[in-house]
Amino acid sequence: MTAIKTVGVAGSGTMGSGIAIVAARAGFVTRVYDTREDALQRARAQTEAFLKKSAERGKIAADAVPEIMGRWHGTTQLEDLADCDIVIEAVFEDLKVKHDLFGKLNEVCGAQTLFASNTSTIAITEIAGGSGRPDRFVGMHFCLPAQLMKLIEMSPGMQTTEATFAAAWAFALALGQKPVKTQDTPGFILNYFLIPFNNDAIRLVEQGVASPADIDKAIKTALGYPMGPLELLDLIGMDTQRLLCEAMHDLTHEPRATCPPLVRRMIAAGKLGKKSGEGFHVYGDNKMYGA
Amino acid sequence: MAYQIVRTGESRSFPAAHAFLEKADASAAACVYLGAQAGKQYMREQADRRLAPFVAIELENECLGAWVGEPANATAPSNVFGFARFRLGMAEPTQLIELVVQANPDEAALAAARKAFEDAGLVVAVCGDFPGRIVDRLVRPFYNAALRRLDERLATASDMDMTLRMGLGYPEGPIALLERTGLEHHYTVTQALYEALGDGAYAPARRAANAFARARLVND
Repeated sequence: MTAIKTVGVAGSGTMGSGIAIVAARAGFVTRVYDTREDALQRARAQTEAFLKKSAERGKIAADAVPEIMGRWHGTTQLEDLADCDIVIEAVFEDLKVKHDLFGKLNEVCGAQTLFASNTSTIAITEIAGGSGRPDRFVGMHFCLPAQLMKLIEMSPGMQTTEATFAAAWAFALALGQKPVKTQDTPGFILNYFLIPFNNDAIRLVEQGVASPADIDKAIKTALGYPMGPLELLDLIGMDTQRLLCEAMHDLTHEPRATCPPLVRRMIAAGKLGKKSGEGFHVYGDNKMYGA
Repeated sequence: MAYQIVRTGESRSFPAAHAFLEKADASAAACVYLGAQAGKQYMREQADRRLAPFVAIELENECLGAWVGEPANATAPSNVFGFARFRLGMAEPTQLIELVVQANPDEAALAAARKAFEDAGLVVAVCGDFPGRIVDRLVRPFYNAALRRLDERLATASDMDMTLRMGLGYPEGPIALLERTGLEHHYTVTQALYEALGDGAYAPARRAANAFARARLVND
């Protein structure tokens, strides 16, 4: 297989933006696709602000910022991903949406292009089945916030060839990430544990056991976790959590994966988390996490 | 805020010297009951504590209501709270104090109790009077799931731990953490929560049950 030089990222939300930073920062030409121009503009502005902060903190050289941004190209035209060696999908956790996207990408991209999904819950084999190229399809689940976390859960589907998986693994290493091979089971490792754990935290709030602030404080102090579960949920977003729950529960019927009613009420009230300025906590800005 | 300490045996929260113990004043009206018999001792002395600035009773796996009752229509604010300093099994106690309040706490008494712990360098999280309080209620199903998935060979113990450390920034993976702090203690806590809540997510995992049985045989 040809070496990967150009990377496509489909979706410019929290995960897509983070993955695009990782790719552009590692030296890859990075094409970020979204259907909405305003979403791309926001992602570009957040990316530049994040990189400038990284430079201020000495994590990258100051002159690296324009260089990295020079490799970051936003587009609303799927055809612009035609020359990509790999396309990483980071859209909603909805199998039909993913199949529609990959079906179109299959028409646009050359036969050499690898497809990867950042799905955190849906089976890779199922997504690959609607992609038109299940043999050249791999799961690459980045962790939130992708621009800071090194881990990638790598999952082959049932039809993924060894050459595809090896090429994707080498690409993950070239990104400067730490790949871990997992089985193609719902939630892989991280979300199998995290989705029910976060739901349990929401249920403590619903049941009046403690306030969000006290729950986060208790977990961070007792266990040394860098974020409390409700702070993390605010970063994930209630809309995303609902989709994660629906996907996970549909696959596992695990009662703890059921979406808590409070999540639906918060979505209805516009309290989506950090991106809307309020979730379980109130925020003064929508800057990206970390630097 | 001055307070006296009434010791009723070994305390899981304060097994060794600590600023909170050193700051105690035997003449103070506020009262902190420590040790395995803390609740029982309070029940014997509760008439004398009605006007105390606050009363704090050390809890293990039980609810505060077991010692002070919990009438559904209580209207008088309560100056009595429960507390536990969180520790996992054989590990040292953490800095976290879970301060347990019932439905109608006296706000001045609550502020005084909080200040007493915080002045000793502890971190206070306030919670309602529910089994497992905050941390055990949240982490025990997670730890059970990790033990069960290990049985099901989702991944090796070290890969599962590494994924959770790197993916979520946890300082230690759940399997290593439970083995370090004693799987048999996980059994004891989860069994108590399973009995209190009747939720299968708290039913002790196979490995923890075996560890408990083995520890009991060794102790016999």
